[in-house]
Amino acid sequence: MAKMILTGNESAAWGARLSKPKVVAAYPITPQTSIIEKIAEFIANGEMDARYIRVESEHSAMAACIAAENTGVRTFTATSAHGLTLMHEMLIWASGARLPIVMSVVNRAMAPPWSVWTDQLDSVAQRDTGWMQIYSENNQEVLDSIIMAYRVGEKHNILLPTMIMEDAFILSHTAEAVDVPEQKLVDDFVGEFEPAFKLDPQDPGGFGSLIMPEGPYMEFRYKMALAMDEARKEIRKVTEEFAEVFGRKYPGLVEEYRTEDADAIMVVMGTIASTAKDVIDALREKGKKVGLARIRYFRPFPYEELREIVKKADMLGIVDRSYTFGYGAALYTETKGALYGHTDKPIKNYVVGLGGRDITPDVLVKIFDNMLKIAKDGVVDREIEWVGLHGDERWS
Amino acid sequence: MSYENEEFFAPGHGMCAGCAAPIIVRWVLKMAGPNTIVVNATGCLEVATTAYPRTSWKVPWIHVAFENAAAVASGIEAAARAKGEKLNIIAFGGDGGTVDIGFQALSGMIERGHNVLYVLYDNEAYMNTGIQRSGATPYGAWTTTSQVGDANPIGKLRPKKPIARIVAAHNPTYVATANPAFFQDFKRKIEKALSYEGPRFLHILSSCTTGWRHDPSKTIKILKLATETGLFPLYEIIDGDIEHMKITYRPKEFKPVEEYLKMQGRFRHLLKHPEYVQKLQEDVNKWWEKYGKQ
Repeated sequence: MAKMILTGNESAAWGARLSKPKVVAAYPITPQTSIIEKIAEFIANGEMDARYIRVESEHSAMAACIAAENTGVRTFTATSAHGLTLMHEMLIWASGARLPIVMSVVNRAMAPPWSVWTDQLDSVAQRDTGWMQIYSENNQEVLDSIIMAYRVGEKHNILLPTMIMEDAFILSHTAEAVDVPEQKLVDDFVGEFEPAFKLDPQDPGGFGSLIMPEGPYMEFRYKMALAMDEARKEIRKVTEEFAEVFGRKYPGLVEEYRTEDADAIMVVMGTIASTAKDVIDALREKGKKVGLARIRYFRPFPYEELREIVKKADMLGIVDRSYTFGYGAALYTETKGALYGHTDKPIKNYVVGLGGRDITPDVLVKIFDNMLKIAKDGVVDREIEWVGLHGDERWS
Repeated sequence: MSYENEEFFAPGHGMCAGCAAPIIVRWVLKMAGPNTIVVNATGCLEVATTAYPRTSWKVPWIHVAFENAAAVASGIEAAARAKGEKLNIIAFGGDGGTVDIGFQALSGMIERGHNVLYVLYDNEAYMNTGIQRSGATPYGAWTTTSQVGDANPIGKLRPKKPIARIVAAHNPTYVATANPAFFQDFKRKIEKALSYEGPRFLHILSSCTTGWRHDPSKTIKILKLATETGLFPLYEIIDGDIEHMKITYRPKEFKPVEEYLKMQGRFRHLLKHPEYVQKLQEDVNKWWEKYGKQ
């Protein structure tokens, strides 16, 4: 194991390198670009043995990954924002074709207005594509999650693709110390890619053919749903095994931080969690009993864990770095959906940090104070609240 | 080595009687043999040959939507290289999937130099969705989105996109236009395309009985007229050397375009307007004046 100083994007490139995909197909987009540059460097130096297709669009990147994976080799790609949404059609194809492709996604705001800074709408909008989704808190998790994603996705009872998110710039372009595991350990952990099916002239088969309404279309989709449920168990198992081999313990689908005896628990995805942990420590010093649930996997959604977590506090504050227009942000509506019938406790949605606006400890302190008031009163003041809008005195 | 006596495209599919596409596919596969992977863009060929659980394809076959047959072929080629496998990778796309929505992927595939044979079967409109104009629809053709009426007596107002020459400008190893009605030339070009390495492109004219509105028994006759009138010239371009494009069939005496038009319902309105027929004739004459000596 070697300690290196790596940005989130370099960590993603290392995660890919160690997992040994045979085909990488990618297209540049800020702030993902340094991932695919680093991979190009690894390949040019002979440190990574992969065919690299410099495609002419993200749509073709995913199409080429689908095709290569369907030909029986492991693949990797990376994208962000507009690139990810351009891929949308192919994302649904990849999961429907049951191809365990792994992709890094750098969360970036969608235009207009044009913004390259972090915001999670790009990947949250891919919720229904049938991909597993991991939101990372730090660069180590970016690297390790890629390795674990291949291991989980390629199991023949799963066969689903995974996207691993990192917040733009906060992780993608910020360096920190990362343990880069030994190749041999990763080889043993991930194993050789064994396709469940492939394009093979020795054994011809057809992929992507027409199906009539009386055909097994629904049954194919039902099997995907079962596989996603199965993945929940597999993720918990694989994170345990990962800890045994690599010495780093990840908390399955949800990480809890100081939730025991909490009055209010904040639920978040991504790097907000790191700031929140510091704020929680400071507030606990002052006797304010707050805790955190960090959703690692948005898909499959950890509804069972959340049903346990809600028992530990008097209210949940759901902090979203994206918004789903029409009603509430996605993490909020998903959480409420999971808890319906399981709790009467107040739940509030805080919409923060869109377009990369900084989420400082001060902002989180105010949110926690608001959460504690709701926990005490048992009444939600506003169901959905946008935090820190220009001119809003509540948050200034 | 060819497999002329073997079949890799089985009968029983749902392509229309008189459709030229199955002729094209059948012969491309006979020339290619079993060591082949086929990529198929969305279109008539895809829906009519693969209705689950049946298939007409005796070689491995994949369809990944409409706009990306060339990107899919690129991915398969990269994977085959990674595995050290050598095989024919053949993409089939219609004109919509090739000259319009799939053009970017095609351009990228050729520029990157993937070892793929891309076969365009060109029936000159979106026939699978019901005869809408594409970039390959010729001047003067009626389609459901280039309708003929008092305000527009012509139908499609713009000429056909010269896709083979556009592709050739990317410097692929082999580009040819072909026509199943000129069978020896057609067969020779498939064989030749398969013998080259690198990106290759065959633009093959394919009549559509419903979209062109012709008698299904007249497919080959109409296709023959397309070339004998000079409307669909047969040529090949090697290594992108467009200046030395080689015409492989030169009619001894050109037939008037009208002979081709009058066999098809899609041009019926045009015949009432000799000036538009004349414009089409002049376009053909100009083309042959410019390129006919090559």
